[in-house]
Amino acid sequence: MPDDLNWAIGGEAGDGIDSTGKIFAQALSRAGRHVFTSKDFASRIRGGYTASKIRTSVDRVESVVDRLDILIALTERTVHENEDELHEDSVVIYDGERSTMQDVEVPHGATALEVPLKRLAEDAGGAIMLNVVALGAACEVTNFPIENLDESLQKRFGDKGEAIVENNKQAARKGQEYVREEYDHEFPYDVETTDEDYVLLNGDEAIGMGAIAAGCRFYAGYPITPATDVMEYLTGRIDQFGGKVVQAEDELSAINMALGAARAGARSMTATSGPGIDLMTETFGLVATSETPLVICDVMRSGPSTGMPTKQEQGDLNMTLYGGHGEIPRFVVAPTTISECFWKTIEAFNLAEKYQTPVFLVSDLAMAVTEQTFSPDTFDMDEVEIDRGKVVDENDIDAWLDEKGRFQAHFPAADGVSPRAFPGTTDGAHMTTGLEHDELGRRTEDTEVRVEQVDKRNRKVETAKEQEEFDYREFGDPEADTLVISWGSNEGAMREGMEFLDQEGIDVRFISVPYIFPRPDLTEEVQAAETTIVVECNATGQFADVIEHDVLQRVERINKYTGVRFDADELAAEVKATIADATSTQEVQAE
Amino acid sequence: MSSDIRFTDFKSDKQPTWCPGCGDFGTMNGMMKALAETGNDPDNTFIVAGIGCSGKIGTYMHSYALHGVHGRALPVGIGVKMANPDLEVMVSGGDGDGYSIGAGHFIHACRRNVDMSYVVMDNRIYGLTKGQASPTSREDFETATTPDGPNQPPVNPKALALASGATFIAQTFSSNSQRHAEIVQEAIEHDGFGFVNVYSPCVTFNDVDTYDYFRDTIEDLDETDHDRHDREQAKDKILEGDKEYMGVLYQDENSVPFEEREGVEGSMAEIPDGAPEGAMDLVREFY
Ligand SMILES: Cc1ncc(C[n+]2csc(CCOP(=O)(O)OP(=O)(O)O)c2C)c(N)n1
Ligand code: SF4
Repeated sequence: MPDDLNWAIGGEAGDGIDSTGKIFAQALSRAGRHVFTSKDFASRIRGGYTASKIRTSVDRVESVVDRLDILIALTERTVHENEDELHEDSVVIYDGERSTMQDVEVPHGATALEVPLKRLAEDAGGAIMLNVVALGAACEVTNFPIENLDESLQKRFGDKGEAIVENNKQAARKGQEYVREEYDHEFPYDVETTDEDYVLLNGDEAIGMGAIAAGCRFYAGYPITPATDVMEYLTGRIDQFGGKVVQAEDELSAINMALGAARAGARSMTATSGPGIDLMTETFGLVATSETPLVICDVMRSGPSTGMPTKQEQGDLNMTLYGGHGEIPRFVVAPTTISECFWKTIEAFNLAEKYQTPVFLVSDLAMAVTEQTFSPDTFDMDEVEIDRGKVVDENDIDAWLDEKGRFQAHFPAADGVSPRAFPGTTDGAHMTTGLEHDELGRRTEDTEVRVEQVDKRNRKVETAKEQEEFDYREFGDPEADTLVISWGSNEGAMREGMEFLDQEGIDVRFISVPYIFPRPDLTEEVQAAETTIVVECNATGQFADVIEHDVLQRVERINKYTGVRFDADELAAEVKATIADATSTQEVQAE
Repeated sequence: MSSDIRFTDFKSDKQPTWCPGCGDFGTMNGMMKALAETGNDPDNTFIVAGIGCSGKIGTYMHSYALHGVHGRALPVGIGVKMANPDLEVMVSGGDGDGYSIGAGHFIHACRRNVDMSYVVMDNRIYGLTKGQASPTSREDFETATTPDGPNQPPVNPKALALASGATFIAQTFSSNSQRHAEIVQEAIEHDGFGFVNVYSPCVTFNDVDTYDYFRDTIEDLDETDHDRHDREQAKDKILEGDKEYMGVLYQDENSVPFEEREGVEGSMAEIPDGAPEGAMDLVREFY
């Protein structure tokens, strides 16, 4: 267990919860501490309980735990919502002068730290800064040098003018002084700083940054939680690199615009979440049959239908794997960490262009809204490699013209990948269509050509399996009896969960799989284990199903579909219970 | 781009399977003429087509082309043009494709004003699915799926376009090939979204909106004192009940294409072998 601190601020949506969390997270990160944030928010702009949580340590942190050390409670409800996570060393900071906070009872012997947040904020220049007063108080409680806050206050309020920045610095100091003077209490916290430099970013931002690094120049999208941050990140930034973001009228339009741009030769992408993926599915088949390279990002949220838009789920695996009428060759890549969001986005563009195929880039809400610290060289741009596949130009196009001089854009090449000529290329003019077509792109119902083209398109997947490594990441003891498999953002919780399991003397081998299709064959790994458990945030176990299908053997499942991500201790407990259950069944069967 | 381009260079070697006499033949010939006249050639032209008899046009023409899914041709065209403004982009399809399933995209393409042309072959029927009512069918037009007529007034695409902020609205009749080609040429030359509704009769399923009907009814705006730059006049003409017009109904002289307003310059197809220069600054932003 890293020597970590768990901090949270909670209140109503509209209380500035998010930005307060961000200011503190940045201050911690700038002070050389690792940070892992999580959010709990309702699907409304004002009102409704909202919280921003930060876990921080000098060691890396990969997940949330169900423990809170410092809680800033802007509403009484905040205390109730977090009751179970408080302990006797917890400190709850709240404004005891507020009428609604008079009867707050702080449970489990935690310290109730009443600070007149509003009054002190007014003294510093305005009630609006009460959250910053609370941050100052938290600095004092945790022994965290308050100077570290200054820069993030500058970052947050700089464009509102120096006076505002100064007022906020004052507000923080008022909170600090109040605690220092009114409570001569020894708090058991001492938040160390280090000289490390970290960057702090979330999964959506990492995807956006990966897209620009990969040379993406065109993005069309329609806003939807939790994918909008990808679009917001790219807006303005992509322009500096010669690109453009277009907000389309709907997802049908977004994917079609992205398709058009891709056919014009741009690296092109769209991002959405479940409901938008449904709409895009119509064009998904066209992308594949027209052999257009396109990255379609699905940041999953809880479904079906509009489901729980601000809640975590990993329920779209089947949709991305099987969605669309007819049979559609595709790649499905699912990053398992925020840094992988960056690198897998780059890989998605390369796969799309090398194989002229749509690529689903699948992320999830927990990853999208989580910010995590990384050493900047995690995103070393010199490491980025671009492979555009078989693009032909004026000089080599002759090899791909038929006897009448027509460009064979759908030539049934042995590896399944045809030449590609960007519009504007002399002699490259050609047609393509979602109808079945021949090598020239002309509609056909000829039985032989049909089979030839279907085989050709499917062959890309075979070629990719030979040329690429659709691998997995592995942690823990490779000889352990228990094998845990997961996909998506559960990796962090499981990795930390392994430390809890270790304390209980339970060894596991953990495999985290970033490729849904094609995916690594785990037959040997599953066969070597006594118990295999597949962990995912959905009710039916969609990844467990494909593993069972691949290895022809039953696996155990841990499914969470409350809308909340796994936390490390919870997952560890579930793994332990599942092993116990499975072992007793195995014993019964053996008798 | 060579200067000796002829319109037949835009013909593919695929023979059209349209019914003999179908209005779409004339529509297509005019499009090819207009493209050649405006100095384009197949290698710099991108044609996007919808679904329907009309949508087959991309197959019979020779250029870079995409025949997409039903109703979504316009956004594809927008994507192509945004990614490479040097290309000549022409989008085409039927009245069902454009004003029914694709109506939402139509409205937004009008207001977005990307510099491309949109030619709709309006036969007031669904041809390819064998004769159902389309959004431009008359209220009492009987078909297998609407035995008593659609019982709702037809969509007025020109009005929809005007209300949506279109900067070029025209109408032609495929049988008047000379005028049709000229007007499509004007749509291509217009700086922005050049919308042309073409009366393109379906000889197989529509026995009301026939060649004879249009020939007898149509009024050529060139023979009136219509001022195409006057939005009020355009509105009055467009909303006039039973009249059928040929010519440019409206053109905004001050139209600036969307991609120009957005500062898109040149093709987005060229990218470096690795991350672009200055990419590390993106990481530093997160300090
Ligand atoms: C999503 C979808 N729905 C329905 C169809 C069937 N369909 C093909 S063409 C067509 C109507 C085309 O009518 P129109 O655009 O007027 O073209 P026309 O054939 O008259 O030229 C329909 C409904 C389809 N291809 N795709
Ligand atoms: S059915 Fe009508 S629209 Fe279709 S090809 Fe025949 S005449 Fe033309």
